[in-house]
Amino acid sequence: MTSVEFLQWVRGPGLAIASIIFVFGMTLKVLEIFMLGRKKNLAELRSSGVKEGFRTIITRFGAVDRFTTRRTMFTHITGWVFHVGLFVAIFLLTPHIELFKSFLGFGWPALPTAIVDFVTVITLITLLIILFHRITNPVLRYLSVGEDYVVWVLTFLPMLTGYMAYHHLFFPYTWLLGIHILSVCILMALFPFTKLTHAVTLFFSRWYNGYMGGQKGVKQ
Amino acid sequence: MSEATLERGIKALKEQIDAPVASFFSSCVHCGMCAEACLFYTETGNPKYTPISKVEPMRRLWEQEFTLIGRIKKLLGLSKKITDEELSEWQELVYNSCSMCGRCTMVCPVGNDITYMIRKFREGMSAAGHAPEGLIGATTRAIQIGSPMGVKFPALKAQAGHVEKEVGFEIPFDKVGAEYMLLMSSMEIMNYPEYLGAVARIFHQAGKSWTISSEAFEATNSGIQIGTSDLARELVNRIVEAAEKLKVKTVISPECGHAYTAIRWEGPNLVGHPFSFRVRHILEVLDEFRKDGLLRTEGFEEDKMTFHDPCQLVRRGGVIEQPRNLLNMVAKNFVEMDDHGKMNWCCGAGGGVSANEDAHELKLTAFKRKKAQLDELHVDTLVTACANCRIQLEEGLEVNDMDIPVVGLTEMLAEHLVETDSKQG
Repeated sequence: MTSVEFLQWVRGPGLAIASIIFVFGMTLKVLEIFMLGRKKNLAELRSSGVKEGFRTIITRFGAVDRFTTRRTMFTHITGWVFHVGLFVAIFLLTPHIELFKSFLGFGWPALPTAIVDFVTVITLITLLIILFHRITNPVLRYLSVGEDYVVWVLTFLPMLTGYMAYHHLFFPYTWLLGIHILSVCILMALFPFTKLTHAVTLFFSRWYNGYMGGQKGVKQ
Repeated sequence: MSEATLERGIKALKEQIDAPVASFFSSCVHCGMCAEACLFYTETGNPKYTPISKVEPMRRLWEQEFTLIGRIKKLLGLSKKITDEELSEWQELVYNSCSMCGRCTMVCPVGNDITYMIRKFREGMSAAGHAPEGLIGATTRAIQIGSPMGVKFPALKAQAGHVEKEVGFEIPFDKVGAEYMLLMSSMEIMNYPEYLGAVARIFHQAGKSWTISSEAFEATNSGIQIGTSDLARELVNRIVEAAEKLKVKTVISPECGHAYTAIRWEGPNLVGHPFSFRVRHILEVLDEFRKDGLLRTEGFEEDKMTFHDPCQLVRRGGVIEQPRNLLNMVAKNFVEMDDHGKMNWCCGAGGGVSANEDAHELKLTAFKRKKAQLDELHVDTLVTACANCRIQLEEGLEVNDMDIPVVGLTEMLAEHLVETDSKQG
């Protein structure tokens, strides 16, 4: 297989297969959750809980109390930095927007490539720091399972290969671009079956949390 | 209680898994923030007390039974089965080191209600026979005798007799048509008799009719602490039957945290229908009296004092403003702890921890968080509204050589009642 054939395969059938697995898997995930249902609360409620449900979706982007925030500041900051970095790299880079445009029929303004490039470097460094933290922090080491490291690799590789492709580092560009797209395909195909689902399910979880508390009169 | 087996436990646990649980497990990214919200972790530094890992066997059961990948893994023999040995190891984590205080639930960035899952996990643990002896004993006494501490009606009657002598009027028992029905916790009957006298005087002044049922005076519910809904339902049913028989409008949950959760929030869900009466915590009732001008006080406490929020009242119950409104009626020098209200720290002994002898040492270690909060404030008096917190606070203060009296809020209010123009109740 030549580099051109490889690139054509990954961005054609490869990406299509990954997208189908992603969409099918995430639909299944959501169904697996909601089909379990939940019992109606029969207690006399202080509120419907709807407002607090929505509020919690927003408030959990930030910190809650002083003590715990102080002790988790590192996780808050690194978490924010790499998530924003991922968002910028995925959604605000010109070639990516072109790709979305070809699917969706519409696009949106991009950030200057130099900025995205800088953000990518910051994100890569942050991800390395996060990995180091996971390995060295006693609580994280205790909690971590193989999947946590697999997911870290799945997230890190597209960023790294994208950066390498853009800068034509070490390998021919066509191969690098192909590998970059392949890494995204793998990420998408495994997404619904790993903790990466939190990107979607955290909205349900925050909703349930705030909603159930709100019914008891607990404000977020 | 039918015989506890692993099979029954797994079946009971499977029945507990619902959409929120599935969503919570799907959302956890193992970030570890919940550990920093849990006093059993912060005061011991032991990572095994990280809240989300306390429900790990439950997570595996969910994955194996309710997800495609889990089922495939199970089919291929790749998944680790839940065993008796594992659950026995988890007993300490699910019971001894969790007071179901709900702090982790408030800080989880993806919004997981871990406390909700611990409550559910306990259903499986108790059905599998892995509940602690202390809680089994308390629950058995609650079902057979009517109180987890084994307090029988004559003990309450005797205490009421002393109160009657002191206040000079009758404590109303089994009065049909009274507006309020008062529940008590065993701890109040045994250790804090001043509560009953305080309530009697406040209701007398307010001119409100109230009663205590001789058949259902106990508010605490070991069934929800051990995690056996059948028994919790039976205990709630006793109260429902008594309240309906006496045709009361409001049932008053005492100065106790979990009793409030049991009757106010879990109660109707356990019996399967809404109640025909209201359930209010004593502090909510007193705050209603305050608003209606029925709670009239005079004089102020000069001491510097702070309020320890019982977790089940604030984070898990929504009673946050009421104690502050009431305290400000009688306290001039009331200060808040750094984390207070819905983010207050647990005393370390809620959720069945105090009834569990195995947890005795751990709960006193956990108390160090409260000690640190108090050390920052230098208060003269600590006020609370939960007899169970109060016992733990008193023990913790004693062990740490801290000379701070602990007072129940209801009693403190009763001491400031305007005595002169009291109505005849």
